[in-house]
Amino acid sequence: MQWGLTMTLDYDGWIILIGVLVAACCAIPGSWLVVRGMGMMGDAVSHAVLPGIAIGFLVSGTRSGAWMFLGAAIAGILAAVITQVVHHWGRIERGAAMGLVFTTFFSLGLLLIVQSADSVDLDPNCVLYGAIELAPLDTISISGMDVPRMLIPLAAVLIANVALTGMLFKELLAAAFDPGLATSQGFDSRWLHYGLMALTAATCVACFEAVGSIITVALLVAPPAAALLFIRRMKWVIVLAALLGGLAAVMGHLAALTVPGWILGGNVDTSSSGMMAVASMAIFLAAAMFAPGRGSLARRWAARRDAMRVAVEDALGLLFRLEERAVTMDRDEVEGLLRSDVRIGGRLAAVLARLRRGSLAELRGGNWKLTVSGRSEAQSLVRAHRLWETYLAGRASIPSSHLHAAAERLEHVTDPSLAAQLQREVGDTPDDPHGRPIPPA
Amino acid sequence: MDRPPSNPVTVARGAEHDPDAALSIHDLTVAYDRRPVLWDVDLDVPAGCLAAIVGPNGSGKSTLIKACLNLLPRVSGDVRVFGASGRSSRRRVAYVPQRETVDWDFPVSAHDVVAMGTYGRLGWLRPVGKAQKRAAMRALDRVGLADYAGRQISQLSGGQQQRVFLARALVQEADLYLMDEPFASVDAATEQAIVEVLRALRNDGATLVVVHHDLQTVAEYFEHLILLNMRVVASGPMEATLTAENLRATYGGRLTLLEQAATALGRLSRDR
Repeated sequence: MQWGLTMTLDYDGWIILIGVLVAACCAIPGSWLVVRGMGMMGDAVSHAVLPGIAIGFLVSGTRSGAWMFLGAAIAGILAAVITQVVHHWGRIERGAAMGLVFTTFFSLGLLLIVQSADSVDLDPNCVLYGAIELAPLDTISISGMDVPRMLIPLAAVLIANVALTGMLFKELLAAAFDPGLATSQGFDSRWLHYGLMALTAATCVACFEAVGSIITVALLVAPPAAALLFIRRMKWVIVLAALLGGLAAVMGHLAALTVPGWILGGNVDTSSSGMMAVASMAIFLAAAMFAPGRGSLARRWAARRDAMRVAVEDALGLLFRLEERAVTMDRDEVEGLLRSDVRIGGRLAAVLARLRRGSLAELRGGNWKLTVSGRSEAQSLVRAHRLWETYLAGRASIPSSHLHAAAERLEHVTDPSLAAQLQREVGDTPDDPHGRPIPPA
Repeated sequence: MDRPPSNPVTVARGAEHDPDAALSIHDLTVAYDRRPVLWDVDLDVPAGCLAAIVGPNGSGKSTLIKACLNLLPRVSGDVRVFGASGRSSRRRVAYVPQRETVDWDFPVSAHDVVAMGTYGRLGWLRPVGKAQKRAAMRALDRVGLADYAGRQISQLSGGQQQRVFLARALVQEADLYLMDEPFASVDAATEQAIVEVLRALRNDGATLVVVHHDLQTVAEYFEHLILLNMRVVASGPMEATLTAENLRATYGGRLTLLEQAATALGRLSRDR
């Protein structure tokens, strides 16, 4: 099937499938690393496995051998152990120790590969950037169907990752959240840590052929970090990280096919693995902005909504106090007074619209008047304000000139049960410290 | 290189230890980075009592608890729980760490954290089932947090977080509870609620060893007292131990000579 000029399902379909598997593989150890605040360890391990891969490859002479996984897992664990030792004995901080160890391992691996490049078929470029675009060309036949050879280790590692994290979920959770508790219960958190490093190392081996050791890091860290912005339960963080990673793989390959064409024109494409990393970063940025609750836009929107609510409540309070003191003002004066409240200010038009829409206040006889429901709401606000003033003056000995500002903030967060508690605390006081009556509930 | 032995040296116990003690510590020395912070701790906590560990900052209170749990390497000494040492006693001990030791932004609910208390009994590979979830819910109810079970733990107040830790210890159904500052920065109501739970546990026959920082309340809450300042100043029943003289010895300045010697010891083995 032809999709436009550049895409065929049995070629690009395989690439996307491999990308999705890579992302799902990475999401599992990646989620554990990110919640433990060890995202950098993913970076370190993905580089440190290189000498293990090279030695495994030199020993076995093939690229899909169990030797490579074994070598990588050993190198990954060794890197974690040596990092610990360098950190402890060399008396340098953990991040720097990691930087020392994984660059050393990585260069060692590169040297091994370059030295033996003449005799063996392992390309340093492929190690760095992967060769996902070429994956569909290198197939093996499984029960009559030609599938990319790369798919086999990926599927195996994905199954292993799912099985292990499923079986050891509670052990990993306890060791990640509270290593002391886990160890005191007989789950040695050090061994779980090294087990996780081995899992990460095996994942890196399965993924490095497709997307290279550098882009693996993006898929280890970005999707779990994005998922954490949406969900706060570990199980679902892993599931969502796998889904977001898969989305990044699909978007990445499609973008690699189309984006260079938009910019340069014509039928050109770019590195799919690179675009997958870019897409995972884009997903993270989108999550950081739009995630409900934790995204920056969501937080800003919530802050705006709160500011608006406070402004409306201030307006209600002011109208109530004018009514209470039977002040006669014309509409311009009333609106000027409202505008002088710092929390209303420029929001005045929106505040008045809100009051009218909520039937809290209305224009009656050419001026702003509270409705019945507006008056009852305003009354409970003013009541909270004056109860707080009384309470603060009595209990906290705050000077009376400072009472108003404090009460002004507190009145907006006082619900009826808190107001009732305040009333009990201050007792049967009819007036606030300024001599104004405390309205009934 | 000359190093302190990495395996604890088990010294033959004298006859002075009570064989029925809930927690019996013999000749325990603990070092951070070869610098000893606890010297020759030797004490018994009788079964079925509420015991407080009291001492100035840096006197090794948390270190003592962690060393009892094997979370820190010992230079020497041994720790017995109901007469047994090592793995066999593990199930009988529950640990409440200081609140700051964990990341409260971690993606788990209050109920998840409490359910962690059942992990030890479950052992490797067995997942949390209905029975464990119910036990966690009961424990949350017991500390007054049943309504907060589904909350992500960062949405709880400090006092509520402390009570979540307490509930997690409750589901461990231990015989010995080691608690590190369960009253740190909680309000008076929470403190009272925690004390009620501790007393109920003791009345059910458990032994509690609690790091406590408030000398005002120590005699009211506890019946056994361990005064600690790098070594055991005094250990025994509250009335006999809480004396002005003992307190002076505990708080009367740091043990400057001992500390200097410890620092020198740390340097000695490193400069080679």
